[in-house]
Amino acid sequence: MSDTVPLSKLSVGSSAVLREYPKSGTAFLRLREMGMLPGTRLTLVRTAPMGDPIEIKVRGYNLTLRKSEADHVIVEPESAA
Amino acid sequence: MNLPVHLKTPTRAPVYALVGNPNCGKSTLFNGLTGLKQKVGNYPGVTVERKIGTAYSQHGQPMTLIDLPGTYSLAARSPDEAVTRDVLLGSRDDTQMPDRIVCIIDASNLERNLYLVNQIFDLGRPVILVVNMMDLATAAGLQIRIDRLEKDLGIPVIAAQASKGVGLIELKLTMSRVDLPLPKHRWDVPAAISASVAELQASLQNNDGKPPLIARAEALLLLTDQNPVRVAGSQPLSDRTSVILDQWEKRWNADGTDWSGSLVAARYDAIGILTANTVLQQETHGMRQSRLDRIDGIVTHEVWGWTVLGAIMSALFLSIFTLAELPMGLIESSVSALADWVKSQMAAGELRDLITDGAIAGVGGVVIFLPQILILFFFIGLLESTGYMARAAFIMDRLMNRVGLNGKSFIPLLSSYACAIPGIMATRTIEDPKDRLVTILVAPFMSCSARLPVYLLMIAALVPSGEVPIFTKVGLMLLMYGLGTCGAFGFAWLFKRTLLRGEPPPMIMELPPYRMPRIKDVFMQMIERGSLFLKRAGTIVLAISIVLWALTAYPNAGESATPAEQVAQSFAGQAGHAIEPIIKPLGFNWEIGIGLISSFAAREVFVSATSVVFNVEEDEENTAPLLQALRSATWPDGRPLFTPLVCLTLMVFYVFAMQCISTVAVVRRETNSWRWPLFQIGYQTGFAWLLCLVIYQSGTALGF
Ligand SMILES: Nc1nc2c(ncn2[C@@H]2O[C@H](COP(=O)(O)OP(=O)(O)O)[C@@H](O)[C@H]2O)c(=O)[nH]1
Repeated sequence: MSDTVPLSKLSVGSSAVLREYPKSGTAFLRLREMGMLPGTRLTLVRTAPMGDPIEIKVRGYNLTLRKSEADHVIVEPESAA
Repeated sequence: MNLPVHLKTPTRAPVYALVGNPNCGKSTLFNGLTGLKQKVGNYPGVTVERKIGTAYSQHGQPMTLIDLPGTYSLAARSPDEAVTRDVLLGSRDDTQMPDRIVCIIDASNLERNLYLVNQIFDLGRPVILVVNMMDLATAAGLQIRIDRLEKDLGIPVIAAQASKGVGLIELKLTMSRVDLPLPKHRWDVPAAISASVAELQASLQNNDGKPPLIARAEALLLLTDQNPVRVAGSQPLSDRTSVILDQWEKRWNADGTDWSGSLVAARYDAIGILTANTVLQQETHGMRQSRLDRIDGIVTHEVWGWTVLGAIMSALFLSIFTLAELPMGLIESSVSALADWVKSQMAAGELRDLITDGAIAGVGGVVIFLPQILILFFFIGLLESTGYMARAAFIMDRLMNRVGLNGKSFIPLLSSYACAIPGIMATRTIEDPKDRLVTILVAPFMSCSARLPVYLLMIAALVPSGEVPIFTKVGLMLLMYGLGTCGAFGFAWLFKRTLLRGEPPPMIMELPPYRMPRIKDVFMQMIERGSLFLKRAGTIVLAISIVLWALTAYPNAGESATPAEQVAQSFAGQAGHAIEPIIKPLGFNWEIGIGLISSFAAREVFVSATSVVFNVEEDEENTAPLLQALRSATWPDGRPLFTPLVCLTLMVFYVFAMQCISTVAVVRRETNSWRWPLFQIGYQTGFAWLLCLVIYQSGTALGF
């Protein structure tokens, strides 16, 4: 298995596969219900002007979340092959 | 489970619920189905909009439609979503449980949209699936096999493009079918939790009195989110059921089962299988998409993002002040024409004065802001339905987060610069109830347009024109706006740390694709919100206007008294005298006190009230005589009353004090109690007093 990083450390424009995030907490519950599940592919689209929040593309739509949540979302970057 | 394949012919017209994710085109579809036959109100006890409409089948049969608030899941996280869940589960006494459900999904984003549909299938009601935004899906290279969806789900599926009315006829035809099949889509509850589902279902049936299918659906929701949001009208869980839920959670926490995660994953697995069979991703040209992405890149850019935001806001305020001028003039003249007409029709007397000077003038003073309010509603609606609102929230979130709010509070606060009423009504998009309340509480600090006449008058009195450069005046004006803004953020910060303590809510928000809204829909929404305001605030405004009039008209000084004498010895005058000890430390006398009291009708009334008090012929266009009178006004000992320091203090008072009955009325409606508007009057006015005290006293001490 290749290296994993927090979603907040992903560079803009790169894609990754979601590995895991906390089981509880309303924010994570909502993310899960909106289709962010382990194994889901996502792309970091951009960050807001002041670096926070971030915008990702997941299952064909765009979603924002704050860095404070993205810190806990562990992803596996896709190799830029 | 033993399900009937068809529901038997209902004896009355069927009640439909309309459900879907936010931004899937639900309102557009609802408007298309019902036309103008809508009733907009509130669910009792909660400030969630309740929209019920009537659609007619091809044969003219009426069908009732309930438009439920948009949601991503039935596991409710906000009051709006709680209402959607409660209505669908049939647990609200005020709303009949829908017989059938129309689910709208966004074709360009099937998987996430189908999650809600998957939950709705659990309810065991006939469902019609509307696959909306087919045009966008096609543009994105998605080919959706409607026939296959129909076959796999066993229910009618209709391809639609609501914004063009495509699919409406098919939908109406299907809705008027006597028998509608139940969905046959199956998904497997994960083995690890199936025992708990059965136990919770049994308890919900036995202890909470739920019908079997509803009990199962509710059990599954409880396992998705163990602490769902409940609102007034929601049924609490029975003790027995809560105990069972707790026990399971303890067990799972101990052995590390991710019950909620596996449940959600199981639903998405089923959806994955469904979409694998029904959606074909074709080669995309990607033209449209990349264009929209480029727009987004600009709108959220470090430099351009702010420029765009600034430009849009300038356009908004410019149009409010220019476009509103004409209708405001018309309203003003028609109000006075109406008053004149009443005067000509009725014999002189107290009743006539009550109607003309009390009711008509008072309500007129509020209605005159209607054009501004409507324009603001129009812009807010436009920003919402194009998708820009979400971008504004996105780029503002970081700043709002500093005071503990999230980006969604930004637009409501900004709108409050024109008028707090649309601003406060726009807080409905804020999910977190505490955040919403904080935003409502601080919104009136934003200097609204009703304060402008007061500022202008005071600035004119403060700095005689000709002697000082225009920059000083503009600077003073900006200072007032700045003060209000700082006050709003300061108090938001304070409230989030004390009274309404809470973590900053997460900023999990969809950035919907840009869409061209139909102007008609935006207009309808504007009219709807405008009339909601009139209905809500109307009675309170009317009542208080009459009270305020009575305060200045009684006791009657007799025929020979001048208006100034009449006011001076009226209740208002007495009240002005009575509060003089309180406001004297701020440098205000009883005459200013009358102005302050009258300002409760609307702040701009200060100008006309002081005209009466200082016995100046009221003249909108020319305030020179009033200025003259103000400059020559004195205390009994001959000191001038309106010193520059007093003018400044008075302006600061107007920045902070809560003096607007329409706002009070709207806050009362939006928070559903008198507690918060009263608190708002208290803290805002108290703070205004305190700050003015500091300014006046230190100013005097410094020799100004
Ligand atoms: N391209 C396209 N736009 C649509 C369609 N249906 C609705 N819209 C637009 O999508 C936006 C959101 O629609 P609205 O009805 O407000 O969504 P709601 O949040 O679900 O009520 C509006 O700008 C609509 O004009 C459609 O089928 N195709």
